[in-house]
Amino acid sequence: MNIVTQTATWLSDPIHWSGPNGIPVRLFEHVIISGVSLVIALVIALPIGLYIGHTGRHTNFAVNSANLWRALPSLAVIAIVLPLTTALDPQLGFKVYPTVLAMVVLAVPPILVNAYAGLAGVDRDILEAARGQGMSAPQILGRVELPLAVPVIATGIRSATIQVVATATLGAVFGFGGLGRYLVDGISQNDTGQIMGGVVLVAVLVVIAELLIALIQRALTPRGLLLATTTSAAQSSI
Amino acid sequence: MLDFGWMADHIDELAYRTIQHIWLAGIAVGIGFLISFALAVLAVRRRATYGPILAVSDILYTIPSLALFAALVSVTGITLLTVEIPLTMYTLVIFVRNIAAGFDNIPADVLEAANGLGFTGRQRLWRVEVPLAVPLIVAGLRLATVSTLALVTVTSILGDSFGGLGFFILEGYHRSFPTELYFGAVPSILLALAADLLLARLERRLTPWSRETVVADPTTLVRTSEI
Repeated sequence: MNIVTQTATWLSDPIHWSGPNGIPVRLFEHVIISGVSLVIALVIALPIGLYIGHTGRHTNFAVNSANLWRALPSLAVIAIVLPLTTALDPQLGFKVYPTVLAMVVLAVPPILVNAYAGLAGVDRDILEAARGQGMSAPQILGRVELPLAVPVIATGIRSATIQVVATATLGAVFGFGGLGRYLVDGISQNDTGQIMGGVVLVAVLVVIAELLIALIQRALTPRGLLLATTTSAAQSSI
Repeated sequence: MLDFGWMADHIDELAYRTIQHIWLAGIAVGIGFLISFALAVLAVRRRATYGPILAVSDILYTIPSLALFAALVSVTGITLLTVEIPLTMYTLVIFVRNIAAGFDNIPADVLEAANGLGFTGRQRLWRVEVPLAVPLIVAGLRLATVSTLALVTVTSILGDSFGGLGFFILEGYHRSFPTELYFGAVPSILLALAADLLLARLERRLTPWSRETVVADPTTLVRTSEI
């Protein structure tokens, strides 16, 4: 049996679609772990990125520390938090928090850096014009800067999402749930169908998440900018 | 909580695993750089290949490393190849993007001037384009090195003969022995940070004229300048 038929057989077997180790349960766990991590990362990174992008203050410090965060190996971050959380609460399933924490560490840098770059990249003349029309600082931020920065900010969120959904599988190395289970169990059971089934499921999840972000991005981007995307995209993200 | 006696007894092994860690990452970064350089030159020279090359390297990045290692075991067994193929593949994503962007950012005037001076294609590449692309290439080197160092820890799932410092993380977890867990986790973090700082310094030294911050990310490459 080749890899493709093994994968198809594994994915289509009804046994794998029910029970506590079934695909729906693992998929749900994976979505929750990735979703919670991304929301926390957004809450941390977006305000900081927007603040430094808007004011131009503390730029170097924020961008450099974001770069430093990115250097942290996820497996090591999970491992470091693991004994602390198990000591805190061995019963209550606190164990999933190490994965979430590691995923937050992974997601913050791209979101923060792109939020900053998005605002910093807004044309100065446009800001002058807005000020000249008598707009207040919050109005400029909310009605000029933010809408114009949407494409760059969204690229950061998209990149963070892809990395988190793919990397959240690492939690399974330490016995947590999510789609990584199939990868880790597949390795220990030497079951190629299960491994590749897990790979396919993760890939599907990544694609769905990307589509969702693309839709939200389209809805938030000003119409004028959509018409000019070809030029602005070429300038802002290479 | 931590057993310092055990740590002292295993210093030799720590040194061995650290060297293995650097070695496993170094092979991937080196080979990945060479392949990417060729691909980036191709992408920039033959415009039609630019999109597909970047698209393929993007797709590679969405495959979880754990899955790639696992899937390869059934093909190449538990060998150095199984470790290095995924590690190298992930460096491609970062390198190709940054090197291609480095070439792309060169003003057309400069290239025309080089042509006007009678440079051949090869001369122009090595004496004009490569030197001008150095800042972005080094930014890519920094990113690729750091992310490869992080990924090496994951290779520990392939067994005791690989994993670098990740070996201690996994063994410490399986033995429920926090000391060993930290013995792998803390040095692997320090190693990544040290590499990042070292390459950041190299980056700055190679571009003393520029106050520009180059912020690079595998899927987003955003160039920002301080205003």
